[in-house]
Amino acid sequence: MTRYDLVVIGAGPAGMAAAIEADKAGLSVLVLDEAPAPGGQIYRAVEATDAARRTILGADYAHGAELAKAFRASGATYRAGASVWNVSPEKVVDYSTGDGSRQVEAGAIIIATGAVERSTPMKGWLLPGVTTAGAMQILLKAHGVVEPDTVFVGSGPLLWLIASQMIAAGAKPKAIVETVPRGRLLAAAKHLPKALKAQNYLAKGFQMMKAVRKAGVPVHRYGEDIVIEGTNHVEAVTFTADGERQRIETRHVALHQGVVPNQQITRLLNCEHRYDTVQRAFAPVLSEDGETTLKGVYVAGDGGGISGARAAALTGRLAAMAAATAAGRSVDGAMVASVRAALGKDRAIRPLLDTLYAPSPEALAPADDVVVCRCEEVTAGDIRAAAKLGAPGPNQVKSYLRAGMGPCQGRVCGLVVAEIMAVTRGESLDAIGYYRIRPPLKPLPLAELAALDEPIAAE
Amino acid sequence: MTTGADLIVIGGGLHGTSAALFCAQKGMSVILIEKDTAGRHASGVNAGGVRQLGRHVAEIPLSIRSMAMWHRIADIVDDDCAFQAAPQIKVAENEAELQTLSERAATLNRLGYDHEVVLSEDELRHHLPAVAPHCVGGLGSLGDGFAQPYRTVFAFQRKAIAEGVRVFEETRANTIKRENGRFVVETDKGTFTSDKLLNCAGAWAGTLAAQLGEHAPVEAIAPMMLVTARMPHFCDAVVGATGRPLSFKQMPNGTVVIGGGRRGRADPATNETHLDFAELKHTAATAKEIFPIMAGATLVRAWSGIEGRMPDDIPVIGPSATEDGAFHAFGFSAHGFQLGPGVGSVIAELIVDGQTNAPLEPFSITRFAHHA
Repeated sequence: MTRYDLVVIGAGPAGMAAAIEADKAGLSVLVLDEAPAPGGQIYRAVEATDAARRTILGADYAHGAELAKAFRASGATYRAGASVWNVSPEKVVDYSTGDGSRQVEAGAIIIATGAVERSTPMKGWLLPGVTTAGAMQILLKAHGVVEPDTVFVGSGPLLWLIASQMIAAGAKPKAIVETVPRGRLLAAAKHLPKALKAQNYLAKGFQMMKAVRKAGVPVHRYGEDIVIEGTNHVEAVTFTADGERQRIETRHVALHQGVVPNQQITRLLNCEHRYDTVQRAFAPVLSEDGETTLKGVYVAGDGGGISGARAAALTGRLAAMAAATAAGRSVDGAMVASVRAALGKDRAIRPLLDTLYAPSPEALAPADDVVVCRCEEVTAGDIRAAAKLGAPGPNQVKSYLRAGMGPCQGRVCGLVVAEIMAVTRGESLDAIGYYRIRPPLKPLPLAELAALDEPIAAE
Repeated sequence: MTTGADLIVIGGGLHGTSAALFCAQKGMSVILIEKDTAGRHASGVNAGGVRQLGRHVAEIPLSIRSMAMWHRIADIVDDDCAFQAAPQIKVAENEAELQTLSERAATLNRLGYDHEVVLSEDELRHHLPAVAPHCVGGLGSLGDGFAQPYRTVFAFQRKAIAEGVRVFEETRANTIKRENGRFVVETDKGTFTSDKLLNCAGAWAGTLAAQLGEHAPVEAIAPMMLVTARMPHFCDAVVGATGRPLSFKQMPNGTVVIGGGRRGRADPATNETHLDFAELKHTAATAKEIFPIMAGATLVRAWSGIEGRMPDDIPVIGPSATEDGAFHAFGFSAHGFQLGPGVGSVIAELIVDGQTNAPLEPFSITRFAHHA
């Protein structure tokens, strides 16, 4: 079996920065990433993007191009189109490249698989024409495609970013229905002094909101009781705002309630996790340099808690330096200290953003008739009923109702199921827990498993 | 805190919940203690086969008794447990294997059992139109089936609670003592006392037996399973192979569950299991060779659960040889799911009535005594 000092999973900002740093420190590095090119979600297709699209996507996106360039220039071995489907506690990584599966042994592992959009089950969310804001941005980044007349529903910095990017691309959203509840702004304001240390983020936020306002996009604040209407396709969004019921006709709806750590690999490895009551999501328990409760396994980037792309790159560097130190390489202590300081400064914006843009209460508590697990068509009401019958946690609901047993492995429904269980049983999220995650992490052709470790022709 | 009852059952798997239910129905006050949650291990995560086919001869009377209960399971626990009647078929991949199967059927006939029947190649293909061309026949038990494991344990647990059983989950039995004739079970959540004690602790039962002064070499094993994404309907039977490990069934929703006993690594101290894909690849290969349609299947999950296995692959069922009033039902060695309802009812007869017609001698814990 091939062995590397470090295997990095994911080639977003955290993974690329980790690989660059580890290579500098003299480690042999393999980077495995599902996409055809480096960048992750945030810098997707950053190398292929032309100047015009880069203008639309903004300066932060352009920053990704520099990182990708440095990553390409590093000595790290990079395997694109590689889908990791198993990681063992002995640090053996199984990955598929479509033509077959390979195994690689790692001295240390940095998990840099980032975030996933929080799933937002609500009435009508599975109708054709409904997508997520993140999915819409992928179309824009990778293909330059934009849907006209989209109604954005939800909250979060990404919602405003994508709306402003679509305006720049000439596809003005039809409306924004923001679901931040009344009172949140006041609660968030107490974090303003700290947030001023990261003024660049505040300035960027105001610019995005200004761009939306200037373009004349109607913004409905404090939206609640949201229903997406339609029979075979979305036809309209109805909601209550300003004390009255409103209806906007549209063929395109983009939902967004923020992003949450992708826990699949850390859960698979039985690393310890804790529920973050502000970000309303589980995150792995990490040391200052990102080491999980499993020695030699690190998490860098949003997978360790949402902090954004700049912080992701910094945590990638810290994890790489820690892995290098553990492997006996010499690492400049002053460099570690300066990266930690930069990270502290960058994260100063988080308490404000996390408080302001925590998911709206109705996003966490869908009505009984709403399908929560779309793979197996399990409703919120089914889950509440199972909890009332005595099912103690998500794993029993999974075994009993098949929720989370479909091809997505619970990525979509996991958090909502845990939230519903916690409320129904009156317990904390930490007590309720999360699905046990089983390999393969991504659907794997049976024939590929049957041929595991046989030589692959295209090697 | 001390809590008392007529009977304490240790272990909330299918055998523990089933025995607790039937003992309560016979009038006993029952406490069930479970260190995790009911059905957390083998009982809740096995492949769900409800199989008389291929049983060790000693198990056949229990298996037949249990099968009759499965066919009316909804009347017993108020939930159908997603039980579905289906043939269980062991496929012969060559003439020598078919010969082995024919001899097995003849042996059972001589013992007076007729539930296993030899299938000609035509009969095999009638039951399994998708089976590979090289298969030449099989052995079938046509009155068998399959069910949903966790749903079954959950149903037994709920029915037991409805019948008065007090279930204490996340309560670990640390020590067992006898004081003034009563069993005293010290747990991390308090003390429990009873006149009778039943050890249904599966892979963890050996240490409890040791506290009663009995030797039971239980090995913790982790049989591995695979499940595919939904496929077009092609198989109505539960299928095994003769010359290599396989258990194969298509569920009503189209997914295919593949097991057969290849093992990963079990860690009973942490409850963790680790899959061994270098081993599991053979399970995938076998499935594809016996059902060529599987070449196009997509795997969505592999899993394992901790099971207790005895060296001779049959369980320990019956009274303790050292402590009057103590009983055992554990070590089902990866084929206990079908036996759950039957063994629970037998244990209830044994504990409450003091006798049972079921022949339990082969399962006595004393068979390991000389190894101690």
